Amino acid sequence: MTKALTTLRVNGETHTVAAEPHHTLLEVLREELGLTGTKHGCELGECGACTVLVDGKQVLSCLVLPQQIGMLEVTTVEGLAKGPELHALQTAFAEEGAAQCGYCTPGMLLSAKALLDAHPRPTREQMADAISGNLCRCTGYTSIYEAIEKASRA
Amino acid sequence: MSEFSVLGRRLPKVNAWAHLTGTALYADDIRLPRMLYGRLLRSTHPHARIKRIDVSRALAHPGVVAIVTGADMPEKMGIMPSTQDETALAVDKVRYIGEPVAAVAALDEDAAFEALSLIGVEYEPLEPIFTIEEALEREDVKIHDESRRANVFKEVHLAFGDLDAGFAAADLIRDDWSFFEGNTHAPIEAHSCVASFGGDGKLTLWTATQVPHYVHRELEKVLGLPRSRIRVIATPNGGAFGGKSDPFGHEFSAALLSMRTKRPVKFTLDREEVFYAHRGRHPVKMRLRTGVKKDGEITAVHFQSYLDGGAYASYGIATTYYTGALMTVTYRIPVYKFDGVRVYTNKPPCGPKRGHGTTQPRYAFECQLDKIATELGLDPIEYRLRVLQPANSRTVNDLRITTMGLGDCLKAVRKATAWDAKRESLPKGKGIGVAGSAYISGAGLPIYWNPMPHSGAEIRIDRGGGVTVMCGTAEIGQGSDNMLATVAAETLGVLPEDVHVVSGDTSLAPVDLGSYSSRVTMMAGNAVKDAGLKLRALLFEAASEKLGVPVEHLATAYRRVYDLRDPEKHLTFIEAANLAEGRHGTLVAAGSYKPPAGIGGNYKGAGVGPTPAYSYQASVAEVTVDLDTGTLTVDKITTAHDCGRALNPANVEGQIEGSAYMGYGEIIAEEQIFRGGLHKKPSLLDYKLPTSLDTPELVAIVVETNDSEGPFGAKEAGEGPLNSVIPAIANAVYDAIGVRFDETPITAEKILDALGKRDNRGVTKDRIGPDGLGEAKIDRATRRLAASTDARERKKTGSPAD
Repeated sequence: MTKALTTLRVNGETHTVAAEPHHTLLEVLREELGLTGTKHGCELGECGACTVLVDGKQVLSCLVLPQQIGMLEVTTVEGLAKGPELHALQTAFAEEGAAQCGYCTPGMLLSAKALLDAHPRPTREQMADAISGNLCRCTGYTSIYEAIEKASRA
Repeated sequence: MSEFSVLGRRLPKVNAWAHLTGTALYADDIRLPRMLYGRLLRSTHPHARIKRIDVSRALAHPGVVAIVTGADMPEKMGIMPSTQDETALAVDKVRYIGEPVAAVAALDEDAAFEALSLIGVEYEPLEPIFTIEEALEREDVKIHDESRRANVFKEVHLAFGDLDAGFAAADLIRDDWSFFEGNTHAPIEAHSCVASFGGDGKLTLWTATQVPHYVHRELEKVLGLPRSRIRVIATPNGGAFGGKSDPFGHEFSAALLSMRTKRPVKFTLDREEVFYAHRGRHPVKMRLRTGVKKDGEITAVHFQSYLDGGAYASYGIATTYYTGALMTVTYRIPVYKFDGVRVYTNKPPCGPKRGHGTTQPRYAFECQLDKIATELGLDPIEYRLRVLQPANSRTVNDLRITTMGLGDCLKAVRKATAWDAKRESLPKGKGIGVAGSAYISGAGLPIYWNPMPHSGAEIRIDRGGGVTVMCGTAEIGQGSDNMLATVAAETLGVLPEDVHVVSGDTSLAPVDLGSYSSRVTMMAGNAVKDAGLKLRALLFEAASEKLGVPVEHLATAYRRVYDLRDPEKHLTFIEAANLAEGRHGTLVAAGSYKPPAGIGGNYKGAGVGPTPAYSYQASVAEVTVDLDTGTLTVDKITTAHDCGRALNPANVEGQIEGSAYMGYGEIIAEEQIFRGGLHKKPSLLDYKLPTSLDTPELVAIVVETNDSEGPFGAKEAGEGPLNSVIPAIANAVYDAIGVRFDETPITAEKILDALGKRDNRGVTKDRIGPDGLGEAKIDRATRRLAASTDARERKKTGSPAD
């Protein structure tokens, strides 16, 4: 298939890449931009590992094509820190042991960021709801709640 | 003040930052110049002879570079040397739907995928076997010709003491059948690897594996390439739980395709394929007979297990023994008999999942103890406390026990949950239940019986005070890299952030046998401590001379070597290291660890069960059953775990919570089930993993017993706490509705069945579970379905058999 040029905004930068038109945002991020922090766990929209933010909202990057989002701002885990300053969620996840194998972590962080942006002091119920599309096989979610709580107080 | 400077502190893991910034490189994140993409063609038959494979059309497909089949790698392989019954790709026969048959390497994934449908495989379908009962009886169908009796893979019998006399002395004998359903690990990261064969004739394989050492061995055997020319690097595993501890077809295929094409080759399984790779929890039917005196004292136990092993051996011989071995380490059992049999069936191979082989019998045992306590009118916690196996003892099957914290765990969960008050006051539909369990801190014997260490580590101190630890352990999310850094830092008196960890690399690091059987903290921890103490001795020798302080008065912490009597009298760590390097040359030391002798018996089969130290745990589950809908809600799980010493309490709690979560999933919903040999739900939508909305409140309590075998007293934390959770929930369900579930999972449908509400007949049951081994009924509907699947697949792939 012929590749087509696609322009997209990722982590505050504009990129133009040549990609197969049927390739998903997940594939373009990982393969064309080398942003492998976004993970694939199923490529069927079932696990949440590929969660990114598009215009601040959670999106499963395995289920959208870059053409669908145009120039809307995409945030991946690589764009979570502000320069050398880690995001409060990153620090809190480290301190609370909320990342074990780390594979669901990028998606989990972005879901948590979307939550905190909308609800700076979320309840446990709001947290459970916000990350319900992000499967974690390691933690049992407890330390993730604790980390989000800690970040919300930072 | 703590006697330690690093241990016992809730420090972030040293590898956390890579995970949190998206920079950790998992196998699928690796991309090399000229890399090819691989895909596996998988069997569409549960049991069939391969008559012919035609790859010519696929090879001609644009973008396809190379294809290999089973004939290219006919050497038998497998994790256990005595039962190697697998090949990298199927040779002559397929034994389950999803078994890899051929491997394609192409310029991109799309081309590789398209090529699969162009490979013509001519199959001659054979009669499949799907159940334990059929496998035990059908002599006319052999999944493996090597099975001497029907389709039995392995049969084991162990007896300790006079069983008849033991039962004769009992006032009450309980005889229960139960069934533990199979389930799978479902790590969020699918299996993945990249192989690169260089112009120098050397092969490098980056792979998501728990066992780089055994992959190293098997690559040599299958490829015929000397191990000295192979380097295996275990990439960080995105979850494993036992599911990445076998050598797999995609690893050999990547390696061979790279050797053939002289280009790097990557394979990443898709989610459906992960369910076929499996190696998960064995479905086990069990019969457990236990005799007790009026006061509950156990007089005899006879346990029989029937394991559905799926199509290949995997760790099956160990799994079979494990169903029997650890029954004895929790409560006093004076007489014990164990009979285990594992059979082949035409389903994906079962193997080790967190709790390996001990989870199923523990379910049977702890549920039965609950029944005994009820019959004797004893409180289930009080009863267990009364019959505890003592610390520093030997069990009837000759396992040596050191520290034994089960009593402390039971007391801790009783207190934390207000057990006594709740047992009295809960209304119908609400229940509380308890269970205990145990696990090993690494197997006492290695997979290959040889006198070499189970774990080796090297430490190097650089001139800037940096410490590099090299150890063959595989980081699977359990925190092994951090454990290595923690033990090295504590031993040398630096901080974990000063430590660089090189793990899982067969060229750069000494052998560690791998991240299985909860062995890493015990074994690699001791090896690192051994290496660290050797270097510390050199630092102390140099510092002693410089400071004029006898070595025995020196200590090291917080990057200082100092006089214990006058801490201001000190050298910095760098000064001491530079002095020592000037005296002794480059500061490198190796350490190693091997479990002590004499921790198990001498009988045949005694190799499975011994460990340097057992971990213990107790769980209390609180549940609500909706009497109208049958919905089981687990409200809270409280687990206390005896980990010896918590090197990092946050990480230990994480293991306890994660184990509780995984056990909860196993009893509430998870099942690896098949129709006509076809997996019924090979996706994360249909295979129900608990989400954040399902998962109960999890409470973790750390109990410390300071075991003299462990590094600084530590025992395992990664597997044991799963075992107590599952029966605790079943016992809580009984407390809530008076129904015994001798079967997992406990679904709403089964609860409604027991409550007489599934249909209009209103027949209630006080128990759900098997009554024995069934007859070897041949399920005709299932077989018709399998036959029609075969026909459909033949049509789709244009097989010449049509």
